[in-house]
Amino acid sequence: MTAALLLIAVLMLGSAAAAMLRRNLIHSALLLVASWTGVAAFYLWAGAEFVAFAQILVYAGAVSMVVLFAVLLTRQSREADLPIEPATVTRTASAFAVAASLAAVIGSAVATARFPAASAEAPAASVKQIGLELMAEHGAALLIVGIVLTVALIGATVIASNDKKRDPEDAP
Amino acid sequence: MTPLHLCLLISTALFCIGLFGALARSNTILVLLGIELMLNAANINFIAFWRYGPNPAAANGMIFVLFSIAVAAAEAAVGLALIIAVYRHQKNIRLQEATVLKG
Repeated sequence: MTAALLLIAVLMLGSAAAAMLRRNLIHSALLLVASWTGVAAFYLWAGAEFVAFAQILVYAGAVSMVVLFAVLLTRQSREADLPIEPATVTRTASAFAVAASLAAVIGSAVATARFPAASAEAPAASVKQIGLELMAEHGAALLIVGIVLTVALIGATVIASNDKKRDPEDAP
Repeated sequence: MTPLHLCLLISTALFCIGLFGALARSNTILVLLGIELMLNAANINFIAFWRYGPNPAAANGMIFVLFSIAVAAAEAAVGLALIIAVYRHQKNIRLQEATVLKG
């Protein structure tokens, strides 16, 4: 049980770290897809199957496609995707210092925390139960999330679309 | 060390990897992806506390994660649209050069 968790963690954290360190943007995006799949495997391990499939659909399916499209649309030339010039050393070092100190603080807090004992068996949450809770108790939140998604996607289309009424000297 | 501690440590590591990426990289798309990693780490915490919490009967943790995934998807869409809009004006997606918001 714990061995499976450690395996999933190594896959997830390793691909995430590699994605953040690679120079090539396309490699980074594909490694992040592996990391998101690792998160979905963690959800499966924890017994949250429905969330795992939602994670695969949304992240490995939709967000990764949008990211790849953005990478390809913003590529300057055929060579430009290779070496994006390395960030400066001070910037990398300070970012590493911030992340490492935050990891030390949260890690020590977690290591010394005491939680109430967990129940022995995994909580059973069937899809039917999730659906009933979503529609009954959290119905208002579900509607609001639908509105947020609609507004955000329309807004994204408007922001990214080519406006025709620009100045003629701006035109490419 | 209980499994809950292990899950929390894993999510801490994922959060810090995302934070490092968001702070260190100068490519706007990678900064956005670092933020997505941090959101995923928060979702892992929700699931860990749902699985090992004292009251696992309710499915509240899973429902929180579902809403969080929906909002993260909206955020990714708007963020990438903004990146494309900035690229159209500046012909570049380096953060250091995107200093002028008025195109």
